[in-house]
Amino acid sequence: MADAAAPHPSGHAAAHPPGFAHQFEDMGQQHEAGSLGMWVFLVTEIMFFGGLFATYTIYRALYLPSFEIGSRLLNVKFGAVNTVILIGSSLTMALAIHAAQTGKRQATVVYLILTMILGAAFLFLKFNFEWTADYHEHVVPGFGFFVRPEWGAAGPHVPMFFCFYFFMTGLHALHMIIGFSILGVLTWMAHRGRFTPEYYAPLEISGLYWHFVDIVWIFLFPLLYLIGGRYALRGGG
Amino acid sequence: MSTVVADLHHEAPSEASRVHYLNASYGIKSWLLTTDHKRIALLYLASITLMFFVGGTAAVLMRIHLIQPQGSLFEPGTFNKLFSAHGIVMVFFFLVPSIPATLGNFLVPMMVGARDLAFPRINLLSWYLYITGAAFALYAILSGGVDTGWTFYTPYSSTYANTHVIAAALGIFISGFSSILTGLNFIVTIHKMRAPGLTWFRMPLFLWSMYATSIIFILGTPVIAITLFLLGLEHILHVGIFDPRIGGDPLLFQHLFWFYSHPAVYIMILPGMGVVSELIPAFSRKRIFGYGFVAFSSMAIAVISFLVWGHHMFVTGQSIYAGLIFSVLSFLVAIPSAIKVFNWTATLYKGSISYQAPMLYALGFIGLFTMGGLTGLFLASLATDVHLNGTYFIVAHFHYIMVGGAVMAYLGGLHFWWPKITGRMYPDGWARFAALVIFVGFNLTFFPQFMLGYLGMPRRYAVYPEEFQVLNVMSSAGASILGIGYLIPLIYLFWSMRYGPVAGPNPWPAKGLEWETPSPPPTENFEHTPIVTEEAYDYANMHIPPSESQVSGETHG
Amino acid sequence: MAMFQQSVQLRPPAASTIAEGVDRLHFFLTGLTLFFTAIIFAAIFYFMVRHRRRSPDERPAGIEGSLPLEILWTLIPTFLCVWIFVWAASLYFENSRPPTRSTEIFVIGKQWMWHLQHPEGPREINELHVPVNTPVKLTMTSEDVIHDFYIPAFRVKKDVLPGRYTSLWFEATQTGTYHLFCAQYCGADHSEMIGWIFVMTPTDYAAWLAGGAKNEPMEVTGEKLFTRLGCVTCHTPDDKGRGPSLVGLYGKPEKLRSGDTRIVDEALIRQAIVNPNSVLLPNFAPVMPTFQGQVNEEQVLQLIAYVKSLGTEERQKK
Repeated sequence: MADAAAPHPSGHAAAHPPGFAHQFEDMGQQHEAGSLGMWVFLVTEIMFFGGLFATYTIYRALYLPSFEIGSRLLNVKFGAVNTVILIGSSLTMALAIHAAQTGKRQATVVYLILTMILGAAFLFLKFNFEWTADYHEHVVPGFGFFVRPEWGAAGPHVPMFFCFYFFMTGLHALHMIIGFSILGVLTWMAHRGRFTPEYYAPLEISGLYWHFVDIVWIFLFPLLYLIGGRYALRGGG
Repeated sequence: MSTVVADLHHEAPSEASRVHYLNASYGIKSWLLTTDHKRIALLYLASITLMFFVGGTAAVLMRIHLIQPQGSLFEPGTFNKLFSAHGIVMVFFFLVPSIPATLGNFLVPMMVGARDLAFPRINLLSWYLYITGAAFALYAILSGGVDTGWTFYTPYSSTYANTHVIAAALGIFISGFSSILTGLNFIVTIHKMRAPGLTWFRMPLFLWSMYATSIIFILGTPVIAITLFLLGLEHILHVGIFDPRIGGDPLLFQHLFWFYSHPAVYIMILPGMGVVSELIPAFSRKRIFGYGFVAFSSMAIAVISFLVWGHHMFVTGQSIYAGLIFSVLSFLVAIPSAIKVFNWTATLYKGSISYQAPMLYALGFIGLFTMGGLTGLFLASLATDVHLNGTYFIVAHFHYIMVGGAVMAYLGGLHFWWPKITGRMYPDGWARFAALVIFVGFNLTFFPQFMLGYLGMPRRYAVYPEEFQVLNVMSSAGASILGIGYLIPLIYLFWSMRYGPVAGPNPWPAKGLEWETPSPPPTENFEHTPIVTEEAYDYANMHIPPSESQVSGETHG
Repeated sequence: MAMFQQSVQLRPPAASTIAEGVDRLHFFLTGLTLFFTAIIFAAIFYFMVRHRRRSPDERPAGIEGSLPLEILWTLIPTFLCVWIFVWAASLYFENSRPPTRSTEIFVIGKQWMWHLQHPEGPREINELHVPVNTPVKLTMTSEDVIHDFYIPAFRVKKDVLPGRYTSLWFEATQTGTYHLFCAQYCGADHSEMIGWIFVMTPTDYAAWLAGGAKNEPMEVTGEKLFTRLGCVTCHTPDDKGRGPSLVGLYGKPEKLRSGDTRIVDEALIRQAIVNPNSVLLPNFAPVMPTFQGQVNEEQVLQLIAYVKSLGTEERQKK
């Protein structure tokens, strides 16, 4: 038979810090639940992107020449700069969390804004430079894709590479846009002093998400940009 | 006995003035913006019931059409849209969410002794995602239909079909996120919010089955999401992902599709097994036999279910060695289910058994699930699957498990927890009658289909050779009885909400934290977090005062 | 009543060499299913009656479980499953290997009909005439969506896929007429994509082959296509042309430019015709154009029949 636990101590409002959700027993449980929830969500994201990566891998194996042609048409410089930008943004995110943990409100806001700037820079480079250039070069499937004769027999399957390229980086960009919005909310909350050394769980949980989006890019970049045979060893092929 | 010690709230003068989750606030906003898991469960109950009758109507129309070998009612194109609608609605909008989103949402927090799920607002979001998805699916059906079957095989669906493929796929895609969020909520709640003293092995088995189901939700649903996305992309852009004329592989779609859809069938049955694991002890007043084995078998089923998808593809021309591997694993996944059946049956031994409607549903489940599961062996066996694949044998097999199993468990659970959910008792005489009608109608509908399949009648046929007519007519006759059987509970359950006798906290009585709250429970479930000191199903030590027992345990039948 | 007597058969005709074996397994599984369902139902009924609640405050014995029982009812199903798996898998293996001397017939499925092509020339739509007691191997492809070739009486079934070949084989043991069904949903008239298999005595079959419309053998049509499409200009019988000689090539392993070695079978020849860059040979420049869109599946099969026939006299002499 279940017995009753001791009733709430008096002074209810003082017993729980702000941001406490009443389905939980205490902040510790809330924090753990939030973290576990984000990790479980990230597992679903791994399965989501994983299905795409698996399909990409299969078609790359089937149509290697076409995929190599497509990969070589991508701009490695932009990809590399974007990779550095994203890794930097993960650093600033971690610094923001650390600042909140140590009670530095101003620093928290600054680091969050920096993270947003870097995220925006990533998206700006991608959309304004890479994708716009791709559109003008007629390599966007469904938007006037032009199969060049010099691609020879591998030509017909090059659109498939670009389909995967735009879909995978587009899905990634969508996740970044969502992350960017979350960062905006967090920056506002930090500015209003909502985070304390005791309560910074939203930052930590969003940080997990942001790092995950970063890691997805770290897989995408080599898979799409780097292994297209452009760095073949001498005497190979 | 009661959870609450000296609390003013509980000494309310009369039932009528007691505040509980149903009357705590009024108005449509209080329902549409609720974060109370119990209200969300009812929102799901209403929408899922609606979808069940949409899918059921399609089935009735098909069965009437199939009375005549050359088709009496519909053009083949319309028939194809009917079976597609039936499959899509029943799989994605009824069976997958049914028990988890209604009974699961209602009971998981109560069974762990918590005030709500870990993320109540995400719970509400999941309902909105469900009805948005359902709206797209209904739009697809009502605006002309989709005719690819619920399996959407390519290249038919990606290149050739000119029906509402995108709308239907979008509806399923959106509702998939509903499942993912539900599963996420359950996993975190069960891990982090169990009351003090509630160890994993003291949990009711319903929680184990919700946990196992949630694992499949989390790992499998994203894959169908991306598959449907790729299908949509192919349908619009024609880049050749699944079209062999431009280099695509149509079988790749099947691998991706079944990677989710096979575990999905375990999403559909594990919760039913969890319900049965609650009903059998309650109505035998005895602890479940082999608790640990039943708990671990749920987990084993969840894991192995991800390894067997290729058994849907034995005749696609895939390598016979791949066939061997998937066949052996498909046999393996049958073993944990067999263990459950034996444990449930053994629980009855030397029990104190009463035959109210929930128990009848549970016992029917055990028998029909056994039969449905054993017919799965015919299909896991490579040599016989060649003959039976794509025929009515498959249709009979999965309907035995989904309808004879999952739907009966769902009804049993609804009846069992009805007094807790509504505070009212339903008329058990009518309920037992309906259970019997459903049992008879079900078997008459689907048993002939095993024979039809073995004789060679393929599935998804709008017209068929005359020699199959007698069995088809039998099946259609059964379907009409089954349809009536499902309408009866709809009527008396509705009736009972207003006119049924008021139920006390524990009318059966049964063991479980949910039965230690008033019926209906207050919004916060428990006045104080319970502390659990005993094992699950501790019926040996249960006090059964005659006054509390509303549905008395006289012998029946 | 007569309709009832006639119409409720319990078993389709068992008209092929493998049918009896498949049926034996099927009946064993039926017996197993009925047996276990019966004992579970019986146990439930027995316990329901024997242990029905006799008074409202009855308190049954506290039985937790029994490890020996759990082991027993885990091991017995496991053993049964292993036994059934091995039985079914070995049957499946046997049934999947066509005998070496099979009559080959080609099948093209398309929405919503079956085209069947005998190598000797005759073409059929939705009907297939075959001799009894003769192994027949069907090589099949689809022109559009996925279909499935299903002959219940022979217990054979195989999906028919666009862009590749699948095959099944059977040896009919009884003359007669048997159903042919499409068993993979393929669109509007899926249930009309049905036909008949006519199993005839060898003499009747020979007469049927010889009679009827005089279609030339596949390899003859193939040879004409080979010339008309210009294949002959590169694929000269010596290896001096721009392409390799195809004489005696069928059935031999070939090392491709990619390093893989593949047997020259129907699938490889088809690939070479529609996507030559995927099966390039070393020592030959990659100049073969693709014929995708210029030949339909039927013509591809005719070309394959011609290539198969090349060098058979030399092979026979050797």
